[in-house]
Amino acid sequence: MKKTLISFMLSVSLIFPAIADNVKIGIILGFTGPIESLAPVMAKSAEMAIDEVNKSGNFTHGKIDSVRGDSTCVDAAAAQAAAERLITAEKVNAIMGADCSGVTTAVLKNVAMPNGIVMISPSATSPALSTEPDNGLFFRTAPSDARQGEVIADLLMEKGFKTAALSHTNNDYGKGLAASIQKNFTSKGGKITITASHEDGKADYSAEVAALAQAGGDILIVAGYLDQGGKGIIQASLDADAFNKFFLPDGMIGDSLPKAIGPDLNGSIGSVPGTDSPGAAKYSELAKAAGFESGPYGPESYDAAALIMLAMEKSKSTKSNVFKASVMDVANAPGEKIFPGELGKALKLIKAGKEIDYVGATALELVGAGESSGSFAEILINNQKTNKVGYR
Amino acid sequence: MDFLNGITLIANYIIIPGLTYGSQLALGALGITIIYSVLRFSNFAHGEFMSFGAMSAILLSWLFISLGITLHPIPTAIMVLPIAIVLTISYCLIVDKFIFKFYRKQNSKSVINLIVSIGVMFFTGGLIRFIIGPGDRNFFDGERFILKARTFKNITGLNEGLTLKTTQGITIILSLLLVILLFWFLNKTKTGKSMRAYSDNKELALLSGINPEKVVLITWIITGTLACVAGTLYGLDKSYKPFTYLHLVLPIFSAAIVGGVGNPVGAIIGGFVIAFSELIITFAYKKIFFYFLPINLVPEGLSQILSTDYKIAISFLILVLVLLIKPTGIYKGKVI
Repeated sequence: MKKTLISFMLSVSLIFPAIADNVKIGIILGFTGPIESLAPVMAKSAEMAIDEVNKSGNFTHGKIDSVRGDSTCVDAAAAQAAAERLITAEKVNAIMGADCSGVTTAVLKNVAMPNGIVMISPSATSPALSTEPDNGLFFRTAPSDARQGEVIADLLMEKGFKTAALSHTNNDYGKGLAASIQKNFTSKGGKITITASHEDGKADYSAEVAALAQAGGDILIVAGYLDQGGKGIIQASLDADAFNKFFLPDGMIGDSLPKAIGPDLNGSIGSVPGTDSPGAAKYSELAKAAGFESGPYGPESYDAAALIMLAMEKSKSTKSNVFKASVMDVANAPGEKIFPGELGKALKLIKAGKEIDYVGATALELVGAGESSGSFAEILINNQKTNKVGYR
Repeated sequence: MDFLNGITLIANYIIIPGLTYGSQLALGALGITIIYSVLRFSNFAHGEFMSFGAMSAILLSWLFISLGITLHPIPTAIMVLPIAIVLTISYCLIVDKFIFKFYRKQNSKSVINLIVSIGVMFFTGGLIRFIIGPGDRNFFDGERFILKARTFKNITGLNEGLTLKTTQGITIILSLLLVILLFWFLNKTKTGKSMRAYSDNKELALLSGINPEKVVLITWIITGTLACVAGTLYGLDKSYKPFTYLHLVLPIFSAAIVGGVGNPVGAIIGGFVIAFSELIITFAYKKIFFYFLPINLVPEGLSQILSTDYKIAISFLILVLVLLIKPTGIYKGKVI
């Protein structure tokens, strides 16, 4: 009996090895797929925040590790498998991600909620996610596209564009943003001449552009992805001289697009989440020091990772179901304002029992069901570069 | 003036793109039809052979650009086309020697050959991704436009522009040359006649002393040439991405079947039928009505029969209709 008991104990201890003490944060982003040019900077930003906390040594729960997973941006099954692996095999305590709206919804619904894991997405912007049931586990440091639609409509009106054609990528992000742009632009007195979807990954978009061109408009709004159909639509429009001004929402902002299209894109405008708060500049400095250039959704990623760690500290727990209640608390006023590079200080303040208000790189303010209230940068393409020319 | 504007509009959005896309499909369908009539199977690997040809052209043009040898304003990829064709033919011959030959010697049924060709398709697709990667490659250099829309507007004073891209011009001219050359070869030369005899009646052809290995060799040389040119032109005109060539097989097969499998003239007609139907059915006619109809008859909406999302479905629709109504295709198939 004694022997059986001992061997039983031994085998149990073999099956369940001691769980590592380190806290783990999963980073699920589209390292392959339509936004693969953005993902590396986003991941590096999140890892930079984690590094910063590790170096400060002020984190109560020990050292933090990060594990990357590929969301592919478009393939829900692959994203769920990646999330499942991070949660069951890597035993992550929280997820920074996912990125694109469709896969984020899938991961939230089918993996994060059943397992009770907090997800903070830096870039899922579909309005549908605001009302998606989430057990209080889901947050995003990016604003909903309902807000971006408003900003885009304002910008177009101010620049004197009264009619616009609209082409969107055929997925949750594209459809949500297109609906929001259409609603806001129409209510401000503008006219959308056509709303047509395009499929990503095709070689030729001249037929799509032909339909858009027949509808006409002062400007073409391309709610797509810069490495995918969005680029194809712009190239085909320029080739056929169908449109020469483009509006580029957040998925189309990146330096690879003006480089690929050339000088014909100069003068086009766009919008991307961003802020002129001192936090953004500090984030850029930190990124430069860490050896990479700041990019779209990099600041949001930094903030998402920072929020996870601050909430863990605040609730004195690394369990998702406990610290989820503290996320809003650390993100919003009252309390001392925390900028990028001050995570160590923030942890110390929390430990001392003081309130903090995480401002971060994006002037973060969580509203509603836990999403960023949203400040946007106005983009002007000039000299084949994306330039931020204003904020709203 | 309205009339001219309307014509220009149709030319810019339907005729020129249709001729270009149709030529690319026709070259592809010709390759499939020739394999079908001589070797007697449907070669599903043809799309990947086209991709292989385009990849060779891309790699070679990178090499030549890095050496500084270019032929401005003609794209480098067109300049290196002869070498790319040789590479593609070599690949076809290697595949034939190690794979198709085995099944030919056994006199396998054509359905077995078809399955084998699907295997070759996946293998070739994998090989291409292994060599050049799955990403998008834009390998166009040289002068982009023969005629720019804005220049056209300035010259003619019309409201509508007409664009003719260099790639479109090259595609149409090169396809025409290649087709003329092919028909001359098939109808006038001794080798071409022996190929037709072999395709008509294999046993009789063998009895009259035609060397079957030579016929097979010539068939692969023709197929490799057509595949390489079609693939390179498609990649130049649109953009090169290995994945899209897998999709391209479908309209190409539709074109071959619509025209009548095994009939070279049919393949060309089929290519243009598919290309123009895709464009005509998904085009929005609002502006054309605006130019041609009295103003009170112009419809409010876009006047689009089907959304462009359904483009790929149209070639299937035509395929199904042809198979139901006239299974032999427009021209009676299976003669070369």
